[in-house]
Amino acid sequence: MYDKKVRRRRAVLALLVVASLLLLTAYFGEANSGALHSVQRGVLTVFAPIQDGASRALKPFRDAISWFGDTLDAKSQRDQLKHEVAQLQQQLVAAKAEAQTHIDLGNLALLDHGSALDQYQPVTARVIVRSPTVWFATIEVDKGSGDGVALDQPVVGDLGLVGRVSQVTSNASQVTLITDHTSGVSAKVLPGANRPATDLRSSTGVVVPSVGDPKNLLLQYVDPSQKVQPGDYVVTAGSTSGPLESLFPPNIPIGQVSRVDAGSGDVGQNIHLKPASDLQALDFVQILTRPHAGLGVRAQVGGP
Amino acid sequence: MTAPRIPLTVRLGILAVLVVLIQIGLLSQLALFGVPPDIGPLVVMSVGLLMGSIPGAVMGFWMGLMVDTALLQTLGIDSLLYIVVGYGAGRLRELRDPDGALVPLAVGAAATAVTVVGFSIVEFLLGVDAPVSLLLVREIVVTVIVGTLLAMPVYALVRRVLSPVLPDDFRRRRRRAYTTGGLSPITRSRA
Repeated sequence: MYDKKVRRRRAVLALLVVASLLLLTAYFGEANSGALHSVQRGVLTVFAPIQDGASRALKPFRDAISWFGDTLDAKSQRDQLKHEVAQLQQQLVAAKAEAQTHIDLGNLALLDHGSALDQYQPVTARVIVRSPTVWFATIEVDKGSGDGVALDQPVVGDLGLVGRVSQVTSNASQVTLITDHTSGVSAKVLPGANRPATDLRSSTGVVVPSVGDPKNLLLQYVDPSQKVQPGDYVVTAGSTSGPLESLFPPNIPIGQVSRVDAGSGDVGQNIHLKPASDLQALDFVQILTRPHAGLGVRAQVGGP
Repeated sequence: MTAPRIPLTVRLGILAVLVVLIQIGLLSQLALFGVPPDIGPLVVMSVGLLMGSIPGAVMGFWMGLMVDTALLQTLGIDSLLYIVVGYGAGRLRELRDPDGALVPLAVGAAATAVTVVGFSIVEFLLGVDAPVSLLLVREIVVTVIVGTLLAMPVYALVRRVLSPVLPDDFRRRRRRAYTTGGLSPITRSRA
């Protein structure tokens, strides 16, 4: 009797472990269009309205719990914002002077086209699910292919780049954040408020996450001769050819350089960024459904 | 006339669905000490401690599958880790029969640690392209602390949900020993 019980217990355990390993192996080995991915998307399609409803219904509880933490952070944020306002005022003066120059050159219209997000047909989406593990930096949003969303479209928050669409169903999508370990964004560095615009002419690189530290990004492969400094801005490069081809339109803010360490070996400098958007507190995002809409304008600007 | 009892399997199913919904709709979007609380392993641990190794492992498999499916994660990772948690907690109950008040606290800490460390190991085995920060260790430690703090309330809640239909409730078992010929500690001291 005892032996039978032990055998049964071990058989059930073995069965469950083998089933899990089979699922893991099959899922990891198959393409995005594979059977298990399709089942997963099917389940998401069915449950997205429930998840959306649960997310909305539980929002008051989330807000109430978050209120305590937010209050504690408010004071330090206020001081930081005062400092940033002072910096932005300096920037504004510099930008106004620069804009005047561009008006003189007759290029203001083209610049407006180049920086506006409207041309990329943004679709606003509500965040309904966040992954709780540090290894899957993903969110799910309540807009899908029915709203014009497609794979690999860029996603932006109120202050900068958030990530890209990695799974799509008819009524919901998964967004892989730029802090996910599978993420990489080609980027360029723009001088900070206290530096002349002529600095850093060819400082492009790739922004990758620092796994385990969601408030920190790393900028790699920057030409060591380019001296990047804390306070410099990092934006999407938007290149459409070459080794650093980008999924993202150009000039979307990614973050601000927080620290530059001396690198070792071939790595000239380790550049740390603070993400522009607070990726842990996203409620709404915008999906750019026509990410290459600006190519015509850029060709015009760059052409003869 | 008493209300009809909901069978155990139905209770476990409803519990699993509710826990997954609360986890993804509420808890995943909060941050306690900078990390989102994860009650999945704690619920599986509680089921294992209350019901034994096989129910714990089965609950772990299905809850892990639901979490992986709902979050569009790699299928099988959470299932595998939750099986370990449920089976381990169940075996502890079967072999040691612990009845200390702080047992759920210690087992909850172990369950959370197994889940977060196991998740990291599986991810490393599957390949990580990005640099890994040392802060990952801090994240793991904080997650285990948050899991430990939540272990007692989660265990109490799961016990409350399951107690009407538990096949062998702790309290009932002890009471039986006193009322069917066994001596209570007080009676024994008088004898």
